[in-house]
Amino acid sequence: MSSRVGVILFPGSNCEQDAIEAVRMLGGEAELLWHGDETVAGVDAVIVPGGFAHGDYLRPGAIARFSPVMAAVQRFADEGGPVVGICNGFQVLTEAGLLPGALQKNRGLKFLCATTTLRVETTSSVLTSGLAVGDHLRIPINHFEGNYTCDPETLSVLKADDRVVFRYVDNPNGSIDDIAGICSSGRNVVGLMPHPERAISPLLGSDDGVGVLQSLLRAATAA
Amino acid sequence: MVLRRRVFGGSGAVCQHETMLFTVQVEVTLRPGIADPQGATIERSLPHLGFDGVSHVQVGKSIRFTLDAADEAAARAEVEDMSRRFLTNPVIEDAAISVAPAGT
Repeated sequence: MSSRVGVILFPGSNCEQDAIEAVRMLGGEAELLWHGDETVAGVDAVIVPGGFAHGDYLRPGAIARFSPVMAAVQRFADEGGPVVGICNGFQVLTEAGLLPGALQKNRGLKFLCATTTLRVETTSSVLTSGLAVGDHLRIPINHFEGNYTCDPETLSVLKADDRVVFRYVDNPNGSIDDIAGICSSGRNVVGLMPHPERAISPLLGSDDGVGVLQSLLRAATAA
Repeated sequence: MVLRRRVFGGSGAVCQHETMLFTVQVEVTLRPGIADPQGATIERSLPHLGFDGVSHVQVGKSIRFTLDAADEAAARAEVEDMSRRFLTNPVIEDAAISVAPAGT
């Protein structure tokens, strides 16, 4: 049975087609979910894609978290459904309180568009179940506010509970503790700044995102 | 919080309701310890223009609006609530709120 992945489209999203294409290439079904609908339409997994939802006005994710679909995403996550926020989607999930901490402006005040190397830090998440701890993945980043931060207590909890999912090998943006991605306490909500959906073919420079998204599809099938 | 709102008639006359108009300014700044690369860039640039001795440059944003509320305490409570839930991200930002009767 192939799994259905819903990709949320906000006004200003711009990576939703990349995510849909990646899911389909890997044998899953993918469909768009409109931010103004109060449902996730019975999908098996949700991707909150990259872009500039609602123009990033006020702050990235600040308006998007109040989009009607987000209440449905919250319920879906509470029931254990896999939810992945990529880049702007990560920012939306932190603003919505589905993940702790916040994304501040990159150290150095530069918009970063580059291929980074990530280290897989845990296999206990919906994005990394098919990988091995210590795996190095070449995945692109494309962001201005990707510098993850949180208070010291939150960082202690994230580390103690094995909730840091990815770290940068060479920290590009100043993120605290080199964090590139984290997961929720239930391990079914993951946010990351890098774009695995853009690393699914050697033609794109890397296919290291395949194992990441295959993990998501497996979680979706199990959900 | 539901407040009785001031209702403006077609002539511009104000109907009699027990609310007041306040001017509000919410100054949003980054919390101590949060990187402020814009502030740092400005601070590095100023000496090149001959402005020496500048330090602690911070860049924030100012959000201004008018608010109809029963009294100043109610206005302030409402602004604090909207700051906490929407205008700022308390993880990385602080808000300095000023509320004053409009027209003063």
